[in-house]
Amino acid sequence: MSITIYVPCDSSAVSLGADRVATAIAQEAAKRGLDINLIRNGSRGMYWLEPLVEVATAKGRIAYGPVQPGDVSGLFDAGFTEGGAHTLGLGLTEELDYFKKQQRLTFARIGKTDPASLTDYIENDGYRGLKNALAMTQEQIVQAVTDSGLRGRGGAAFPTGIKWKTVLNTASLQKYIICNADEGDSGTFSDRMVMEGDPFVLIEGMTIAGLAVDATQGYIYLRIEYPHAFEVLNAAIATAYQAGYLGDDIQGSGKTFNLEVRLGAGAYVCGEETSLMESLEGKRGLVRFKPPLPAISGLFGQPTVVNNVISLASIPVILDKGGDYYRDFGMGRSRGTLPVQLAGNIKRPGLVELGFGLTLRELLYDFGGGAASGRPIRAVQVGGPLGAYLPESQFDTPLDYEAFAAIWAVVGHGGIVVFDDTVNMAEMARYSMEFCKIESCGKCTPCRIGSTRGVEVMDDIINGRNLDKNIPLLRDLCDTLLNGSLCALGGMTPYPVLSALNHFPEDFGINAKATAA
Amino acid sequence: MTESGSTQSTVQEIIAALKDKPGALLPILHGIQDAMGYIPAESVPDIATALSLSRAEVHGVISFYHYFRDTPPGTQTIHLCRAESCQSMGGRKLEEHVKSKLGIDFHETTADGKFSLEPVYCLGNCACSPAMQIGKEIYGRVSADSFDAVINNTEASA
Repeated sequence: MSITIYVPCDSSAVSLGADRVATAIAQEAAKRGLDINLIRNGSRGMYWLEPLVEVATAKGRIAYGPVQPGDVSGLFDAGFTEGGAHTLGLGLTEELDYFKKQQRLTFARIGKTDPASLTDYIENDGYRGLKNALAMTQEQIVQAVTDSGLRGRGGAAFPTGIKWKTVLNTASLQKYIICNADEGDSGTFSDRMVMEGDPFVLIEGMTIAGLAVDATQGYIYLRIEYPHAFEVLNAAIATAYQAGYLGDDIQGSGKTFNLEVRLGAGAYVCGEETSLMESLEGKRGLVRFKPPLPAISGLFGQPTVVNNVISLASIPVILDKGGDYYRDFGMGRSRGTLPVQLAGNIKRPGLVELGFGLTLRELLYDFGGGAASGRPIRAVQVGGPLGAYLPESQFDTPLDYEAFAAIWAVVGHGGIVVFDDTVNMAEMARYSMEFCKIESCGKCTPCRIGSTRGVEVMDDIINGRNLDKNIPLLRDLCDTLLNGSLCALGGMTPYPVLSALNHFPEDFGINAKATAA
Repeated sequence: MTESGSTQSTVQEIIAALKDKPGALLPILHGIQDAMGYIPAESVPDIATALSLSRAEVHGVISFYHYFRDTPPGTQTIHLCRAESCQSMGGRKLEEHVKSKLGIDFHETTADGKFSLEPVYCLGNCACSPAMQIGKEIYGRVSADSFDAVINNTEASA
C-alpha cells in the first residue's frame, strides 16, 4: 500500500520552502523505490513549524517540522514514512497543544484535506450545508443564519442574517453575491488560508447565499497580492461547474448560481464594500455615499450581498449543523468562532480558531509564546492598520466585539500584530497617517487632505518641534478625520494614531500628564 | 510587423475577448499588463472606444490603482512589504538594505533594467515577516543576507 505524505501548498509554507521540500521528497522516494502519494494540503496554521510535513499512519497523522530540503534524506533514513523518530518529529499533528486547544469550525478541513479534491471535500462533510439548504425555503435559510448570530468577519461585525434578509426582501430581476476577498489588513491571512486551503467551502457558502436571496451571479473580488489563491479558486470553480455544484441546475434543483473571480489592483480602499463595487464595475475605487445600502442598491444598482471570505466560509457549517450549534460558541453578542491570526514579532505565529472570549494575554503568551525576539511585548495592534494599539495593561481584554469597543479598540478581521519593546510608537502613528495618505481614494476631504497634514504634524512631533501646539493639533485633526470621513479608512486612522499617543506618550516626547487634556 | 503594430494587435485581441464582460475595464487592464508588463499609453484610446468611455476615464482608472503601471517594468519586479507586521520584524531596516543594494528607491527600475522595486501593503505572509514577492514567488522571513542570495540567484539565472 502506498504511503501518504502531506506537504502544504499554502503560500506562506511555500515562502519558507515547501515546494522544494515536496520535490525533494518525491525524488528521494523515487530513488528508494518507495510508492508514495504526495498530497499538497493547506496549512494547519502553525507557521513556526512550516514547512510542516505529515505522514499518514495507522495511529493518525504524524508531523515533522520545520523541514528543509536538506532534511529529507535523513527523514527517510529515520523511517519517517512509518512515523519513525527524528529530531524534527513532533508526534501526532492533532495532539499538538496549539492545534488541540482550538475549536475549528470554519477551518475544520484546512490542513487536513487536499484543497484541489472535490471528493476529499465531500468525504469530510463538504456540501452537507448546501444539501440542507436545497431542502429549505429561502426564509428558513436566512433564519438559520440569523439564529447563528454570525456577524461580518471582515471587520464591521454587521449581522449577516439581517443583511441577507434585506436582499431577500428587495425585489429585483438580478441580484448579486459578492465575496470580499480584498484582505488588505496587515497581520491577517485567514481569508488567504481558506481560499488556498479549502476553496470549496467558500464556493459552497456563496452558493447557499445565492439560493437564500435569489442571486444567480457571484463574484469573488480577490486582491492581486494573492496569486496562489487565484489559481486555486479558479481550478475549484471549474471543478464545481463540472460536478454540477455551480451553473444552471445545481444538483438537479433547477436553481442557478454562477461564480467568477475578479482581481483587484492593489488598492486597500477597495476592501470597503462600496469602493469594491465601483471597482467591480470597472471604475476608480471611489467610496459611495450610504444610503442607499448595497443590500438595496449595490453592484450595477442591484440588491447585493457583500460578505467577507470568513463569513461566507462559515455558512456551510451553520447550514449543516444548525444555527444553534454555531451560536453556542462565543460570548455575549459575539457568537461563534473567530479565526485569530497571530502575526509580527511573535514566537509561535499562526491561525487560532476559537469561540470569542479568550483574552489577548492567553493568545499572546499561551498560544503565541511571547515575542519572537525574546524581548517583552510592548504593544499589539488588533484589527489591521485601522485598529488601535493596545498596551500590556489591556491584554486581559477578552476577544469580543463589545469588550473591544468599550476600550476604544476593534476586533476587526481578527489580526493581531505584535511589537516588542524596540518599537517607536510615534513612528507607527506616523506610518498610520502615511498609509491613509497613500491609500485614500480622495473622495472626501478629511481623509484626502487630513492624512497629508497628519504626516506633516507627526514629522514635527517626531522632531520635537513645538509640541505644545502640535499635540493638540494632532488630536484636533484626528477628531476631524473620525467624524468627517466618508468611510472607515479616514474614519478609523485615528484609532492607531490616538491609541499610540494615549498609551505611549513618552514616544511622542511628552509625559502622560500632558496628554490627559 | 513593427513593434507598435504587434502591441496594437495584442491589445485588440485582449479587448475583443473581454469587452462584453460586465465591468470589463479591470479585466482588460489586467490582461494587457499580464501580456506586456505594463499598459502602454497608445492602448488607452482603443480601450476607451471599445467600452464607450472617455480616454480620461480610462486613464483615471489606470492611475488610481497602485498595481497598474504605464511604463515598462524591469525584468523582475520586487514587491517589498512595508506594512506593520513586517515592520515589527525589522522591515524598515530591510527596506533600507534593499534600496541601497539595488541603488534605487520605490517605483524605480535599476539602470540595467533588471529590477523594479515596488512597495506593497501586505502579502498575507504576516506569520513569516518580513515578506516580499518577486513575480509570483513569495518569500518569508527575509533578511538582508537572504535577500542578497535571492537577487544574486535571480541575476545568475536571468
